[in-house]
Amino acid sequence: MTVGLLTLLVAVPLLGAVATMLVRSDTAAKVTAIVSSLVTLGLTVAAGLQFEVGGPLYQLTEQVAWVRPYGAYWSLGLSGISLALVGLTAVTTPIVLGAMWNEADGSGRSVKGFYALLLVLQGMTIGAFLSTDVLLFYILFEAMLVPMYFLIGIYGGPKRQYAATKFLLYNLLGGLLMLAAVIGLYLQAPGDRSFLLADLAARDIPESTQAWLFAGFMIAFAIKAPLWPLHTWLADAASEATPSQAAYLSGVVDKVGTFGMVALVLPLFPDATVTFAPVLVTLAVISVLYGGLVAIGQTDIKRIIAFSSISHFGVIVLGIFALTSQGTGGSTFYMVSHGLSTAALFIVAGLMIVRRRSRQLGDYGGLAEPAPILAGFLMVAGLSGLAMPGLATFVSEFLVLLGTFSRYQVAAALATLGIVLAALYILILYQRTMTGPTTPATRDIPDVRGREAVLVAPLFAMLLVLGIAPAPLLDVIDDGTALTLEQVGVSDPEPIFAQGEGP
Amino acid sequence: MTTITAGDLAAIVPILLVLGAAVVGVLVDAFAPAARRRAVHLVLSVAALGGALAWTLVAIGSAPTVGFNGAVVVDGPAIFAQGTIALVTLLTVALYAERRLDPAGDPFTPAGSAVPGSELERVLTLQRVGQSEVYPLTLFAAGGMMTFVVAGDLLTAFVALEVLSLPLYLLGSLSRRKRLLSQEAGMKYFLLGAFASAFFLYGAALVYGATGSLNYAAIDTAVTGRVGVDSLLLVGMGMLAVGLLFKISAVPFHFWTPDVYQGAPTAVTGFMAAATKAAAFVVLLRLFYVALGGLSEDWVPLLAIVAAVTMLVGSVLALTQTDVKRMLAYSSIAHAGFLLVGMVSADPDGTGAVLFYLLAYGVATVGAFAVVTLVRDAGGEATHLSQWAGLGRRSPVLGGVFALFLLSFAGIPLTSGFIAKLAVFAAAFDAGQIVLVVVGLLSSAIAAFFYVRVIVLMFFSDPAPGGPTVGVPGPGTTAVITLAAALTVLLGVLPAPVFELAELAAEFVR
Repeated sequence: MTVGLLTLLVAVPLLGAVATMLVRSDTAAKVTAIVSSLVTLGLTVAAGLQFEVGGPLYQLTEQVAWVRPYGAYWSLGLSGISLALVGLTAVTTPIVLGAMWNEADGSGRSVKGFYALLLVLQGMTIGAFLSTDVLLFYILFEAMLVPMYFLIGIYGGPKRQYAATKFLLYNLLGGLLMLAAVIGLYLQAPGDRSFLLADLAARDIPESTQAWLFAGFMIAFAIKAPLWPLHTWLADAASEATPSQAAYLSGVVDKVGTFGMVALVLPLFPDATVTFAPVLVTLAVISVLYGGLVAIGQTDIKRIIAFSSISHFGVIVLGIFALTSQGTGGSTFYMVSHGLSTAALFIVAGLMIVRRRSRQLGDYGGLAEPAPILAGFLMVAGLSGLAMPGLATFVSEFLVLLGTFSRYQVAAALATLGIVLAALYILILYQRTMTGPTTPATRDIPDVRGREAVLVAPLFAMLLVLGIAPAPLLDVIDDGTALTLEQVGVSDPEPIFAQGEGP
Repeated sequence: MTTITAGDLAAIVPILLVLGAAVVGVLVDAFAPAARRRAVHLVLSVAALGGALAWTLVAIGSAPTVGFNGAVVVDGPAIFAQGTIALVTLLTVALYAERRLDPAGDPFTPAGSAVPGSELERVLTLQRVGQSEVYPLTLFAAGGMMTFVVAGDLLTAFVALEVLSLPLYLLGSLSRRKRLLSQEAGMKYFLLGAFASAFFLYGAALVYGATGSLNYAAIDTAVTGRVGVDSLLLVGMGMLAVGLLFKISAVPFHFWTPDVYQGAPTAVTGFMAAATKAAAFVVLLRLFYVALGGLSEDWVPLLAIVAAVTMLVGSVLALTQTDVKRMLAYSSIAHAGFLLVGMVSADPDGTGAVLFYLLAYGVATVGAFAVVTLVRDAGGEATHLSQWAGLGRRSPVLGGVFALFLLSFAGIPLTSGFIAKLAVFAAAFDAGQIVLVVVGLLSSAIAAFFYVRVIVLMFFSDPAPGGPTVGVPGPGTTAVITLAAALTVLLGVLPAPVFELAELAAEFVR
């Protein structure tokens, strides 16, 4: 029996987790984990090189019967969308593992467990991005709650119990609703027992039934990729988790929610998607504005970033349900660039917090004087958060707004205000921490060290490269989203102004 | 005049093995020297149960046998249930042999009849006298359960019910520590159990009156051929249901469960929760699918309501518990509800799902109770939840394994509990019981909360000073916990072989 490349992508992190637990010292465990994540990165590159743009939607497919009486399969496939997100996961994981280096030391908690849990989470996340069997996706979607729950609950801040429990219960509730919908979907064709995405998507489901099943899936995904009004867990989870865990949670893991919307909801429930798109567009706009406004009012650095993520997830959902090639493609591109940008923001915030030992804005001030490089890092990460032209986030936000405008002008106009809000909370964050007079507590804060710079630099480099030359990644993504939109059966609206018409 | 054929006897080999070993066990207790008695019991029980388990593994999938003039029906579900009962009993007996955890010896009182705290009890403890009757008693109970699941008429079923119940009443009252609680448990279980048995017997009489037979197949013929509403039959059916619902601790016949589970010796509690439930459920299925299948329009709504109420009451009341064993008792009630959800689908899919669920739940339950026996303070097992704070920090392996069992009870994917829950919900959904599925998912969410609460307590809280110690288990307990944990993961990750076996065994003989 040969093991396929995609199976390896899931298996390597899990095996890495086992190896991490088995080595003797904590330092060896850290190195093992990072080596494992680099192997995964190498395999991802190999998979990316084999991926053919213009080929079928799912490539490098693998399929083995898992529970035969049920028609459940270990079934994996690589689409343009999943390639982009697996790539994000593979790039971010070694960086987050590096950022975790000192976070669990001296806490009296298992350092090996800390690293092993993150690798388990990585394996499950990659598995969810690759699975083309709905039951397999559901299982990984639910099971990944367990390592994240322990990561927050064991290694987090003072209110970690509350945050971890809230995280788990919100997501579990969503998951159970999704389970009901998965079973319901499965039983739509009683004779044909299969959980394969392709088989399920081929079923002709009456629209009234689709609405219920759509709701079950969407509530689960809207909790995961927090959409107003199901977002409240993220602020607690991200602020109580260690900075690197917060980076991984909102940067990578939550993308499974938005990924699910594009890769599962759209092809499975095309009619319901078209019917309910306006509702989701509305919720998304509320998320954009609400997240931005609340971020401005926060005094806790990590909560500012968490609410900015809620605002940005709003933009992603907006683009998905605009159901235009630019909107959906731009959203998927945004999933990648937001992952990089949020990871950078949380990691830089972590560098500040570990120095000043406080999350409160009021405890900072004038940091740019003793630590100019740190200030520069926060500036670059912050600019990526407010979608500065030249950075990847700008391309994605622009595409989403463009794609939305062609169908929902008012929504696009309102969502544009989100960029203004972003400028406000990012600049407030920068101004109150970096500028102004130094205080006795901030005067002697050391600047960024070499190891820390090495961690953040790749994120900045990728944001810049994708901002200047987004075309290769966009081609891969559009390859996936175009085929998906074809399944929904929508086409782009006629341009309001035909090309070349102008004054 | 009818004769018993060799085929009849071959069909009940597992029962003969277990009951035979029980009878020999009584002789062992009378004649074997005290020093070697326990070892002989252990070898005998393990051999008999292992033999029975092996027999069921070989026999599963073979053609069903109806023997003893229809009194015994050995079909797929019966063999699967016998295998589950043999496995669970085997694990239980391994727990009985534990002599390292309690400084005074094994987990049972030296003399059940001695007044708690009396001089007699103290002297007997000092002399290290023990009651090794627990081995044959457990074998009798297991043999009764194995007979219960193959019973093809109501009389055989009643006799088997008594054979399995009487030893359990005794076993429940034999805990070494917390004697008063244990005696209360045995007494309560006996009184309410006798009441439930009486219900079953009266129900059998009424059904006989209405149909003219005690045999399931003959009852089925009479029921499907009847004209109009027969209130005698309906009342009889209700009374039979009460007797069985009591045994599986379905609401509103669950009141004994928390007290008995808390007071009984922990190994016995695990046995009751896992094996009794498996036996009673298969009988419930057989009775309602085979004998009373013609009345399904009457009993499906009734059992659907019982299922919904059981899930909700079990989950909600578990939230308020402060004792680990009581919490697991309410969890067992909630699981009875989930199992009933599978039952109301009334088709082979539902049967297969219930059989798989019984195995998955039974193994995890014995494992969970085995973990409970390890956490101790001066007064015996430390079962108050506050004493479990920070336990996962101090002994990560123990905490991790208990968390695994709890996650399985909660139905988190990649554990056996998820596959089991998925199977019963899918069967019920297929049968059109959508409201029941929604109630089930809601209860799962509530239940997840209290399972998670224990995990939070074990891993996220700091250890309390002067908390309980975690005992170093002997080989028996270690093996039980290891095997239960391994099966819980295995049935969650690679369920296909066992699941296909359950599906294969899902057809009752009519």
